[in-house]
Amino acid sequence: MTERGELAGDPFGRLRALTEARIGLGHAGPGLPTAASLKLQLDHARACDAVHTALDVPALQIALGRKVHVVHSAAADRATYLQRPDLGRRLAPEVSLPRLGGDLAIVIADGLSATAIMAHAAAVVAALPAFLPGWTILDPVIALQGRVALGDAIGEQLGARSVLVLIGERPGLSAADSLGAYLTWAPRIGRRDHERNCVSNIRVKGGLAPERAAANIAWLLGEARRIEATGVVLKDRFGDGAPTLSGPADTPRALDAPHGGA
Amino acid sequence: MGHYACDLGSTRYRFADLREVLAFASPPRSGDYLAGLGAPDAQARMAARYALADLPLATFLEDLVVPYEDDEVTRLICDTHDAAAFAPVASLTVGEFRDWLLADATSAAQLRALAPGITPEMAAAVSKLMRNQDLITVARKCRVTSAFRSTIGLEGRLAVRLQPNHPTDDPSGIAASIIDGLLMGCGDAVIGINPASDSVERAAALLHLIEDLRERLAIPTQSCVLTHVTNSLELIETGAPLDLCFQSIAGTEAANRSFGIDLAVLREAYDATLSLGRGSVGQNVMYFETGQGSALSADAHHGVDQQTIEARAQAVARPFHPLLVNTVVGFIGPEYLYDGKQIIRAGLEDHFCGKLMGLPMGCDVCYTNHAAADQDDMDTLLTLLGVAGVSFVMGVPGSDDIMLNYQSTSFHDALYARSALGLRPAPEFEAWLQQVGLADAQGRMKALSERRALPLIEAVLHD
Repeated sequence: MTERGELAGDPFGRLRALTEARIGLGHAGPGLPTAASLKLQLDHARACDAVHTALDVPALQIALGRKVHVVHSAAADRATYLQRPDLGRRLAPEVSLPRLGGDLAIVIADGLSATAIMAHAAAVVAALPAFLPGWTILDPVIALQGRVALGDAIGEQLGARSVLVLIGERPGLSAADSLGAYLTWAPRIGRRDHERNCVSNIRVKGGLAPERAAANIAWLLGEARRIEATGVVLKDRFGDGAPTLSGPADTPRALDAPHGGA
Repeated sequence: MGHYACDLGSTRYRFADLREVLAFASPPRSGDYLAGLGAPDAQARMAARYALADLPLATFLEDLVVPYEDDEVTRLICDTHDAAAFAPVASLTVGEFRDWLLADATSAAQLRALAPGITPEMAAAVSKLMRNQDLITVARKCRVTSAFRSTIGLEGRLAVRLQPNHPTDDPSGIAASIIDGLLMGCGDAVIGINPASDSVERAAALLHLIEDLRERLAIPTQSCVLTHVTNSLELIETGAPLDLCFQSIAGTEAANRSFGIDLAVLREAYDATLSLGRGSVGQNVMYFETGQGSALSADAHHGVDQQTIEARAQAVARPFHPLLVNTVVGFIGPEYLYDGKQIIRAGLEDHFCGKLMGLPMGCDVCYTNHAAADQDDMDTLLTLLGVAGVSFVMGVPGSDDIMLNYQSTSFHDALYARSALGLRPAPEFEAWLQQVGLADAQGRMKALSERRALPLIEAVLHD
């Protein structure tokens, strides 16, 4: 009887609990009621701002606790970046980085969400060393208008054995601050996406927390060093077979939009 | 092959080949510039359109934009071309063909008879000479019907694919979205789930979920889990209740290979699905999706502009008599279609070309958050396509697909389009809506308070 009572009061109350989808929104004529219409526009506004807000480099340097190299891709501005993924994968011609060697280079790239970088990148970087004892980890490089493959050029110039690219993923309506982590062993220009591993959906609420993501990344790096490779040959068994959010970077989905600026 | 040129004023424009004429003649879009194919400036674009207007339509049967020897899609186009159907327009240039299509005297029956004689390159070429209103005028004259348990494409009707996706394929979450859509009169084109998982077992479970609901509520529609065609073949073998076989397709053999398919496996899947004989009012069993940019993203475009390649993808669908062909117009991102203007134009082109080739065209009117587009652009395209007689559109709860992370048209949008343009659901589905008390005698959805919705909701909650 109580169930019937609930249904009579709000027929969608129980249904709403079953999904995050926007169901039972009500009506204003054929259209959305004002509240639901504004909420959709607000969520879209957040996503747009995440895409178009420039990365606050000084603030990120403070969060990282050190001043690090800042490089630019060959995409001069956001409009070019969005239309020319090829330019976002190349370094601007004047960029030259010192050949430092080391086990791991870290690239922090704005990708499609500077919001994600500002929210989570420093936390992942700070958590990593504890999970990678004995590794020589280079200071991060901040890359502007960068896509995943830009890490290959940076890792190659630095002479690092592997590169980790932390990049803002394409914002969805429910989360504009999702960070992706892409790992490439022996980075060099021309690496393909199937030669990478990816840990995605790094965020505090409803995703993989930065600490946990760092542990997962470190596990993958350990395996990568053992087999001297990343990509489809490296299966992510972090967490003993529990479902994880990571996978080979090129998990095919027909007609899917590119993730994370890959 | 022949040389292509045009004099504009005192300037002679020469084009390297037919592909360049087509690419330069295209309205500007980011994907063609990403591929290095777009016109260098606005006058070069017009020069290409003049050159195109003077080309005999038959040129496209001789000068093949992707070589016959290299590509099975080209071979399909050439080998199945119906010369008798083509005869009425065989002597026309592309420009004359545009005028012929627009002429009041050219009837729906003539267009239907013409369809097998039109190659995708011809359709794409003439579309490049057409403004948006031309694309609408001609498309609305084309009448393409298909049927399974409901009939799609009848005049004055607009069907909706109910798209109840969930990020973890959670059955009750999906069922909740299905109920929401049914209560708003959506689902007559198909109840179609994009699965998050690639697992055949999970797909079978989702098919059973829709099947149970459909049978219990006696809904005259069809179900689909949009999984790879080879998964559908497995589902058929294991006896899952599969109504429609889905596949994403592209316009070249190499791009299809990147999707893990070829024409042979499509043929195998078509035959297997047809053999199930599950349709009641028709036996159109295939559901195809396409989208401008897919060939370029697979590096398999052969130097051909993305709109022409898209029309070729539609030609891949043609031999399999699909129930639904859906152009997913803004999904792939701003590197292919940058903004609302480009998305709107592409949606109208794809709908026009598909209908001209005799296909039951729908459109996923959609955009991603990194494209320069918003709900207003989608309202515009939905309205234009409704006027153009689009066969079906998507219905996603509140426009927000929580699995694929993009915005499409909503159940509310479908209500709007039907109400603003006087369009009704598929007739079998409309009769069901009336029978269960969701729609009135004129087919209009009743206000929520008047609907007998509770039995539907309870059916789900008690699972």
